[in-house]
Amino acid sequence: MKLRRTMMFVPGNNPGMLINAGIYGADTIIFDLEDSVAISEKDAARHLVYSAMKTIKYSCEVAVRINHISTPFGYKDLKTILAVKPDLIRLPKAEMAVDIEEIDAIITDAESKHGFIPGSIKMMAAIETAKGIRNAYSIATASPRMVALAIGGEDYLADLQTSRTKDGKEFLAGRGQLILAAREAGIHAIDTVFGDVNNEEDFIAETTRIKEMGFDGKSVVNPRQIGIVHEIYTPTDKEIDHAQRVIAAYEESLARKSGVVSLNGKMIDIPVVKRAQRTLAYANAVGKSERGATL
Amino acid sequence: MINGVGREIPESIAGIKNIKPYSEPFSYIPTGCLTGPNIIINKPRSEKILTSIDQAIEASGLKDGMTISFHHHFRNGDYVLNMVIAAIAKKGIRDLTLAPSSLNSINEEIIPYIEQGVITAVETSGARGKLGQLLTSGKLSKPTIIRSHGGRARAIECGELQIDVAFIGAPACDTYGNINGVEGKSACGSLGYAMVDAAYANKVVAITDHLVPYPLFPISIPQTQVDYIVPVEAIGDPKGIASGALRISKDPRELLIAQYATTAIEYSGYFKQDYSIQLGSGGASLAAARFLREKMKKQGITASFGLGGVTAPFIEMLEEGLIKAVYDVQDFDIPSIESMKRNKNHQEMSASFYANPHNRGPIVNQLDVVILSATEVDVDFNVNVITDSNGVIMGAVGGHQDTAAGAALSIVVAPLLRGRLPMVIDQVHTVCTPGETVDIIVTERGVAVNPLRKDLKENLKAANIPLMDIEELRDIAYEFAGKPDPIQVSDKVTAVVEYRDGTLIDVIRTTV
Repeated sequence: MKLRRTMMFVPGNNPGMLINAGIYGADTIIFDLEDSVAISEKDAARHLVYSAMKTIKYSCEVAVRINHISTPFGYKDLKTILAVKPDLIRLPKAEMAVDIEEIDAIITDAESKHGFIPGSIKMMAAIETAKGIRNAYSIATASPRMVALAIGGEDYLADLQTSRTKDGKEFLAGRGQLILAAREAGIHAIDTVFGDVNNEEDFIAETTRIKEMGFDGKSVVNPRQIGIVHEIYTPTDKEIDHAQRVIAAYEESLARKSGVVSLNGKMIDIPVVKRAQRTLAYANAVGKSERGATL
Repeated sequence: MINGVGREIPESIAGIKNIKPYSEPFSYIPTGCLTGPNIIINKPRSEKILTSIDQAIEASGLKDGMTISFHHHFRNGDYVLNMVIAAIAKKGIRDLTLAPSSLNSINEEIIPYIEQGVITAVETSGARGKLGQLLTSGKLSKPTIIRSHGGRARAIECGELQIDVAFIGAPACDTYGNINGVEGKSACGSLGYAMVDAAYANKVVAITDHLVPYPLFPISIPQTQVDYIVPVEAIGDPKGIASGALRISKDPRELLIAQYATTAIEYSGYFKQDYSIQLGSGGASLAAARFLREKMKKQGITASFGLGGVTAPFIEMLEEGLIKAVYDVQDFDIPSIESMKRNKNHQEMSASFYANPHNRGPIVNQLDVVILSATEVDVDFNVNVITDSNGVIMGAVGGHQDTAAGAALSIVVAPLLRGRLPMVIDQVHTVCTPGETVDIIVTERGVAVNPLRKDLKENLKAANIPLMDIEELRDIAYEFAGKPDPIQVSDKVTAVVEYRDGTLIDVIRTTV
């Protein structure tokens, strides 16, 4: 099971951060060439990220957020970065499937040119407008490289003509559409960043909320947020215990060739069994161990 | 001579008597008796209060060639050392040995007096900035002697460091010389370092900006040890003496190091009910206090005592009952000073009680776990805390050697890279703490266990931290930053680093 609980943005023009980006345990690091890099630094950041990826062995998934291909930087970003084989290209401000198709073609060419396995470089798209949300499913399915949809923050809110609130009403519609599109397409749904790094309480509340909505993970802007997200996404001992008992009851009913599964006198439906299987697979993937051994 | 950590120690060094090379942490067996101050008589109703520092210098009988001492509890807010030395210089006294418990940047003011020959030798725990540069320059006629806090207490008690006059900044002092550090506008908390000076110096001058009627209570340094009292306007700048509560680091790299260090403690085998702990005052150590607090709460473990160098996070744990008692040789912030004043479980202790290896038992011998910082460490686990990447003195040994030797588990935390410099290297420039007393080195990229501690290595396998060999850590550091060229030094010894038992663990040579 591939985990993308945390995707951490790292400004592409900060050498110190590029060197240490991989040590904090994020599932994915995203080297950013877009919004965190000033126009005057675009070239320098592109070259720094290229050099860092060429030199440093990162043990997690490495993504690069390129500038949109409608800007003067997008194609240059792709040309430079694809040569060092990122795991993932993240396109910002995705609105139409055709953007994804175009980048897919560029990646295909680069893979062939550099001798990489065809299809090995994946893609994700950040949706930051109402139009993008409306096209979310077609964006998600525009290329077999697509592994995730993310919802963008401030740009999206500006487009919706609203702003941040404590309980996140402003994201209700967007998040709802995005999770449906991602699930239908069978790819990950990633939530937006929470910029107020010192406000742990609201960060925990928001992360808990998006996990409950079905999101697979959250974009983070500071290493201090990683542990919090991972803790929220880790199944509790109680959940694991329950899942194990569900599975045991299910297996027992299979052995008995009985169509009815029950636990503690309660009937268990097949979706409950599936959820239990997923909980255990997830616990395994996050390395949650019991009595010294991975489950 | 090659000593026990492989360092070349000259057979003779001009200005250093009785050179003994370091061998092993506890191999040197001392002989002889403790020393003591001259016996004097003090008749009833005699007056100790003098009107000026000048008068006190006269009364103390200070002459050319003598040794004077100071404490560094006022840290970077200290006025006492600078004003006393200025007064001494004015009187034309020369060729003194300056033996403070440590030196801070604020003491740079005395540099002209060193250059003029008022001070010709220095014995201290360390120095920073321009003073550090001067002590590394070889310009003084005698090499500087660097001692740990425990080593200094030992040297004073056995007579290797004979203090003729101790000038003691006294935050509160009564009219007959009883002193404490918890009252007055220049309160600094514990007077642990000064206690040893007061007990062994031939003359003791208390300098105070808070003279109170007799008797003062509580008493940290008693009237029986104090010859003279000089009231002055101010002995220190409260802002430099103690900060507000030190804030927990927000630096993710320091937090990661702290997390690895506390996880190592958790799985070490020493994290048990009634264990004991000392933490430093650096960013990673303060953060470690927070993580440790969470782990102790979660597992229902409390500590029998905490030791320090005391900071606010420690005080929080004391007040929550997570630590039963705190023993305090020095305070870093206002909450710690306040705590010592009102909490009877917060005990002041002398540097000798803290860390002197040659008394009947310092408290470091009872310590389970210590977290220490480092400037650089090497593949033999030797630690340098005194010289920088240019070979210049820029730090202090403090209690590093003492706690590393005393604690059952000593953990050294350091970033693997500082700027463009690797911090885990083949050989540290100056050995301060020998590798055989260092058990674990924690960096942001990996944790290395001393191969001497197979038990620990086994225990830590269950912890979710990146364990690796120390050589692997060095290789990662070199891969990023390259292997640094060794610092070029001359033959001239500008300072000697004593191990806590008085043997020489290393020398510092002038750079070329």
